[in-house]
Amino acid sequence: MTTNGWVPQLPSVIRTKGLTKRYGRRLVVDALDLDIVEGDRFGFLGPNGSGKSTTLRMLLGLVFPTAGSAELLGAPLPRGCKSVLPQVGSLIEGPAYYRHMSGRANLRLFDAAGPGGPRRTRRERVETALHRVRMGRVDERPVRAYSLGMKQRLGLAGALLREPRLLVLDEPTNGLDPQGVHEVRELLAELNREGTTVVLSSHLLSEVEALCSSVAIINAGRMVVSGSVDELRSPTGDVHVRTPDPDMAVRLLGEKVLRRDADQLTIASDDPAGLNASLVSAGVRVTELVAQRRSLEEVFLDLTEAGEIPL
Amino acid sequence: MIAVELRKLVTRPRTWISIGLLVGLPVIVAVFVEATGVAPRPGEGPAFLSQVLSNGTLYAAAALAIVLPLFLPIAVLVVAGDAIAGEAQAGTLRYLLTRPVGRTRLLVAKLVTVVVFVLLAVILVAGAGYITGALLFGTQPLPSLSGGQPLNSGQASFRIAFSMLYVGVSMLGVASFGLFLSTVTDAPLGATLGGLAVLVTSGVLDQLGAAGSIRPYLPTHYWLSFVDLFRDPILWRDVERGLALQAVYVVVLLGASWAAFVTRDVTS
Repeated sequence: MTTNGWVPQLPSVIRTKGLTKRYGRRLVVDALDLDIVEGDRFGFLGPNGSGKSTTLRMLLGLVFPTAGSAELLGAPLPRGCKSVLPQVGSLIEGPAYYRHMSGRANLRLFDAAGPGGPRRTRRERVETALHRVRMGRVDERPVRAYSLGMKQRLGLAGALLREPRLLVLDEPTNGLDPQGVHEVRELLAELNREGTTVVLSSHLLSEVEALCSSVAIINAGRMVVSGSVDELRSPTGDVHVRTPDPDMAVRLLGEKVLRRDADQLTIASDDPAGLNASLVSAGVRVTELVAQRRSLEEVFLDLTEAGEIPL
Repeated sequence: MIAVELRKLVTRPRTWISIGLLVGLPVIVAVFVEATGVAPRPGEGPAFLSQVLSNGTLYAAAALAIVLPLFLPIAVLVVAGDAIAGEAQAGTLRYLLTRPVGRTRLLVAKLVTVVVFVLLAVILVAGAGYITGALLFGTQPLPSLSGGQPLNSGQASFRIAFSMLYVGVSMLGVASFGLFLSTVTDAPLGATLGGLAVLVTSGVLDQLGAAGSIRPYLPTHYWLSFVDLFRDPILWRDVERGLALQAVYVVVLLGASWAAFVTRDVTS
């Protein structure tokens, strides 16, 4: 969507209030409040079985909430599904195909099902989508002969068929080699720059860390924490310093040096700028100075009681 | 969406293999009967088969009677049981529904596909039966099963066409069981076997004197009543009851399928 003129506040693409799902007596999603704004790169993190997929399924109208409300692109769910789903591309729990058909045939069939634009531009849409995921020259082999990575790309191509406003992706880089992971990440970043909101669920923290601007961590169906990635990755109070004069630095700082490894020092300091000034003014040359931030993994493990939850 | 579903049906090798087998069986039977000249005695074996040696025209109806007890319902149940459960198992159901294809619409498209399959199977079996009969046994005016005047060709083709329709409607009853089970399970094989279990149970009870009071309501009870169409005058009673019974099963089960499908959580 283009944002011409004044847009005081970005509209929400996904908003839930007290969203709850119960299967029998088992509480799978517990009063979840989410607010994802247009243009976001949102990471939905949680261990396996934490309710991520069920939440995404509720947002796509596949699963009906037990309680609470949800809005997708401004339409209430599950009633409003039909009007907004054409603007959403999704990849939920792995791609799925008719295995005896080629990737192209699958996409054409998929495009023909439901509202997808005129028939005469179908071939073009399919080729564009295939091209975007670097499968433009794929042959007519049946999908069952595809590698895991190719299937995954084809699934992404399916999600991109209608140039969606919102992409909902579950583990999109599953099964891809490092080159493929990189390409998908680039592709998603590119789509996001063009205005597509990307919602990505993953149990891979590095994945979310590399791509997402904001994140929600859920565990056992409950929201543990949400916010921007930068906020969550607060400084740990440790500063890494690399210097050609480590001995001088140790002498200067004394107890504050937590660890020394040749020319690398780990120093306890809440004020990296001040530390740098005092080192330099004492004649210690500094090659590198980095305030250490907690990785999302540390944040996650802290919040979900490490060890008890398999990742 | 209906076009998409039909395309899936016709591009699927399984459709043609099962129809090929369906058509093949009566042909094999015909070849054996012709080669040996030994037809079952009247009242034994599949309906009409005792008469076909003398008149091949009847073989279209005989072919239907041969595949009707087991082969045809299995083929129909495979297709119907696969309708929703097959998409669920393959994982394609979630992508169709988020396309979005409305659930009611998808169900209707699947129903149309199953109906088309039933019609295709019945027409091809009867057609192949007619051709086989004409080639192997020759054609003569159709005698009435009640004796008396042979039927003229107009009457004969009407009766054969109506038997095809009757068998088709009976199979729609079968298909409704398959479709309903298909909406409540994610395993297509489970839906197919469940449908078969219903038919086998119905067949057993139908033979059981003690179950006499419920026999007229069993789904398989009137299946072979299309034989009455070849009497003169046509004995409509059982044919009418058969059609009415199947109509009730179809309406109730399709209603249940719809209710189950539109309220179901798709977790596959």
